Amino acid sequence: MKNSIGREIPDFIPGLGKVTGFGGAFAYKPVGRTAGATLTTCLPRADKLLASIETAIDAVGLKDGMTISFHHHFRNGDRILNRVVEAIAKKGIRDITLSPSSLNTVNDALIPYIEQGVITAIETSGARGKMGRFLTEGHLKKPLHIRSHGGRAQAIESGAIHIDVAFLGAPACDRYGNINGIQGQSACGSLGYAIQDAAYADQVVAITDNLMPHPLFPISIPQTQVDYIVVVDSIGDPTGIASGALRYTKDPKELLIAKYAADVLDYSGYLQQDFSMQLGSGGASMAVGRFIKTKMLERGITGSFGVGGMTGVFAEMMEEGLFKMMFDVQSFDIPAIDSIKKNSNHLEMSASYYANPHNSGAIVNNLDAVILSATEVDVDFNVNVITDSNGVIMGASGGHCDTAAGAKLTIVVAPLLRGRLPMVKDAVQTVVTPGETVDAIVTERGIAINPKRLDIIDKVKHSGLPIMSIHELKDIAYKLCGKPEAIGLSDEIVGVVEYRDGTIIDVIRRPIL
Amino acid sequence: MEKLRRSMMFVPGNNPGMLLNAGIYGADTIILDCEDAVAITEKDSARNLVFQAISELNYGTEVAVRINHISTPFGWDDLKRVLPAKPDLIRLPMAQGPEEIRQIDEFISEAEEKNKFPAGSIKMMAAVETPKGLRFAYEIAAASPRMVALAIGAEDFIANLKTTRSKLGRELLAARGQLVLAAREAGIQCIDTVFSDINDEEGFKRELELIKEMGFDGKSVVNPRQVSVVHDFFAPTAKEMDHAERVLAAYQEALEKKSGVISLNGKMIDLPIVARAERTLAYAKAAAGKGGK
Repeated sequence: MKNSIGREIPDFIPGLGKVTGFGGAFAYKPVGRTAGATLTTCLPRADKLLASIETAIDAVGLKDGMTISFHHHFRNGDRILNRVVEAIAKKGIRDITLSPSSLNTVNDALIPYIEQGVITAIETSGARGKMGRFLTEGHLKKPLHIRSHGGRAQAIESGAIHIDVAFLGAPACDRYGNINGIQGQSACGSLGYAIQDAAYADQVVAITDNLMPHPLFPISIPQTQVDYIVVVDSIGDPTGIASGALRYTKDPKELLIAKYAADVLDYSGYLQQDFSMQLGSGGASMAVGRFIKTKMLERGITGSFGVGGMTGVFAEMMEEGLFKMMFDVQSFDIPAIDSIKKNSNHLEMSASYYANPHNSGAIVNNLDAVILSATEVDVDFNVNVITDSNGVIMGASGGHCDTAAGAKLTIVVAPLLRGRLPMVKDAVQTVVTPGETVDAIVTERGIAINPKRLDIIDKVKHSGLPIMSIHELKDIAYKLCGKPEAIGLSDEIVGVVEYRDGTIIDVIRRPIL
Repeated sequence: MEKLRRSMMFVPGNNPGMLLNAGIYGADTIILDCEDAVAITEKDSARNLVFQAISELNYGTEVAVRINHISTPFGWDDLKRVLPAKPDLIRLPMAQGPEEIRQIDEFISEAEEKNKFPAGSIKMMAAVETPKGLRFAYEIAAASPRMVALAIGAEDFIANLKTTRSKLGRELLAARGQLVLAAREAGIQCIDTVFSDINDEEGFKRELELIKEMGFDGKSVVNPRQVSVVHDFFAPTAKEMDHAERVLAAYQEALEKKSGVISLNGKMIDLPIVARAERTLAYAKAAAGKGGK
C-alpha cells in the first residue's frame, strides 16, 4: 500500500506482521485502554539491594524472548546498557528485544551480541556510527523499529511496547528505590525517559553508583516502582554524560541560517509576550536562541516557557527572567544539569508529558514555536533525520515529529548544501516528520514557507528576507550540485519509521552499496 | 549613484567550499584572493578555481580578484587566467606607483577587447601597504579611469614603519588620513584594512567608529561574521535618514521650480549637501535590502 504521503509500505512486514500506514498527522484515533505493569508486592522489611547485575538478572527471572529497556540520559558516558547485555549474554539468555530510549556510539559495543543472537530486535529512536551502519545491513530478526520520543511513550502506554524489565541507571538512589538524576558523580539532570519506563515496566532494576540514605530528596522515580537495587562502582563517565556549556556556533553559515530563522519567527508574529518555544540542539537551531534573545531584549518582551532537551543557553535565559519556566525531558549540558538542581521553575517531565500524542495533552501542544534541524528535506516539506545520502542509518528521530506536530510554528533549519550534496531534494530518502507539520524551511540561500501557511506567507512577503518557493530552493541546490542519483535499494526492509501515533510513515530498505 | 563598498570580504581562492558560499553573507564586494591567503604551491590551483567560480556561480554582488603583485612570478598569470571570466574588479596589492597601474590597465584593455567585453567594464583598485605607495597615493588613484578605490593594507605598512598595531590605531592615523585625502582628491573610494581578531567584537567596533569618522567608505573583512557588523555601523540613523529625505525633497522642489537657490528650514543647501543626502539614503537602502529585523 501507499500511505498518505505516497510512501510504499507493505501491508505485512516480516518480523512485525500487519502494519497500519500513516494516514495524516492527526488522522489516527486511538482506542482501548492504557497498559500497565503486572501487580506485585513488596513485603515490609524486605531488602531491595542485590549484590550484582547478574543477581538482578536472576531475581527478575529474565528469559529468552523478553524485552528490556534503558534510558539514554548518560549519552556517550553510559556504562549500564553494554554492561547489562554482557551479563545477559554470559547467562546464555537469547532473543532479547532491546528497547532503549536511544542509542549512542558507545553502544557500538553491542554489535557482537546482535551477531550472537543475544539481541534479535531493537526498538529505539535511532542509531549512529558503526551501529547505524550495522543495522542498515539488517542483522536483526525484525526490522529496526524507530519511534520518536513521544511515539515511544505512546507505545509504552498503549502496550505496543511491553517492557519486561527496565534497567535504570540512577545517579542518586536510596535504599528503598527512590531515584533522582541530579545528585552524585554521574548526575545527568532530568530522568524524563526513565520515568516513563519505570511506570510501565513489569519489573524495574535501579543501578546506581550513589546509594543514599532513605528517603532521598527530591524524588523523580518513586520507590513504588522500583523492585531491585544494584550498586556498582560507576554508572557513567561524567565527561561523556554532559559536555561543559554547549556554546553557540561560530560557523558563519549556521549563524546566517539562525538569523534568518529568528527573523521568520519574528515576522510570523509568534514572537510575542508570553510566547513559548523549543530549540533543537543542533548548531544552527541552538544559535537561533541568541538572535531571539536579542529581539526579546530589544522589544522588552518575556516568554512563558521553554521545552526540550535543555541546554545552558535556555537556562541562562530563564535566569535572566526571559522565560518563566522550563520543561526538561533531557538535560544536555552541565549548566542545564546545574539549573534543574537549583531552579524550582526548571521542571523535570516524563516523555509522555513531553510529547505523547495519545494522552490528554502533551506540552508540545502548547508550543508556539519550535526550531528543528534536518538532515534533508523535500519539496513536500517532509524531513529526514535518520538516513544519510547513502541510505545508511545515522541519526535519531528524537522529538522531531512530535514538536513539529504540536507547535503552532515549526521552522526547520538546514544548510542547502552539505559538501557537494543538496539538502533540499525532490524526495527525502526517509520521512520522519511529515511536511504537513512543517511550516518553514530555512537555509543559507533562501527560505521556503509551506504553501498551506498563507498567513505566514503574507506576513513575510515584505520582510526583505530571501523568501522563495521550495521548488526554487531545490533548483538552486540542484544547479550548484547536480541532481543526486537515486540510491540503489534492495527489497529487504531493515527499519521501519513509526509516526508518533503508531502508524508507519516510512520504511528503510537495505541499500545496495 | 556610486557603488556601495561598505564591506569587501576576502575569500581564499583555493578553498572550494568558501568560494561556493562566498555570496551568501551579503558583503557588498567579495574579493577572491590569489595573494596572501594562498600558499605559493597553491597559486595555480587558486587562479583556476577563481576562474571557475566567477564563470559558474552567480554571486549576485560585485566580485573582485586580488591578484599577486605583477613584480612576483604570479601576478600576470593571475590576470591572464581570471580576466576571461570577467571579474568586476581587480585588486592590486602592494601598490608602489602609477606605472604599474597603467601596465595593468593596458593588459585589462587588451583582455576586454579579446573577450569582447565592453571597454572599461573591469574596474581596478589598489592597496597601499608601504610608505612609498602612500607617497604616490594620489598618482596611483588617478593613474587609470578604471580605478574605483584605494585601500590600506595595515600589516605590511606597520612592519615597514617598524612599529606594532595597537588597539587605538594611532600608528595608522597619518597613513589613513593621507589615503583618504588622496582618494578624495582623485574622486574615488577609500577602504580600510582588515581587523583580524574576529572574536574581538568591541575592538572591531571601535575601529569602525574611527574609520567612519575619518571618511572611509568601507572596510575589508576576513570573516563573514564581520559583514553585518560593518553594515550596521554604516547604516544611517533614523534622524540622518529623515534629514536626507527632506534635503532631497527640497532639491527636487527647487528643480521643478527651476529655482537656483535651494533651502530647507531657512538654511541654504548646496550640491555637496544633496550628494551627501543621496549617499545617506543609499546606505540606508542597502542596509534594509538584506532582510531581517
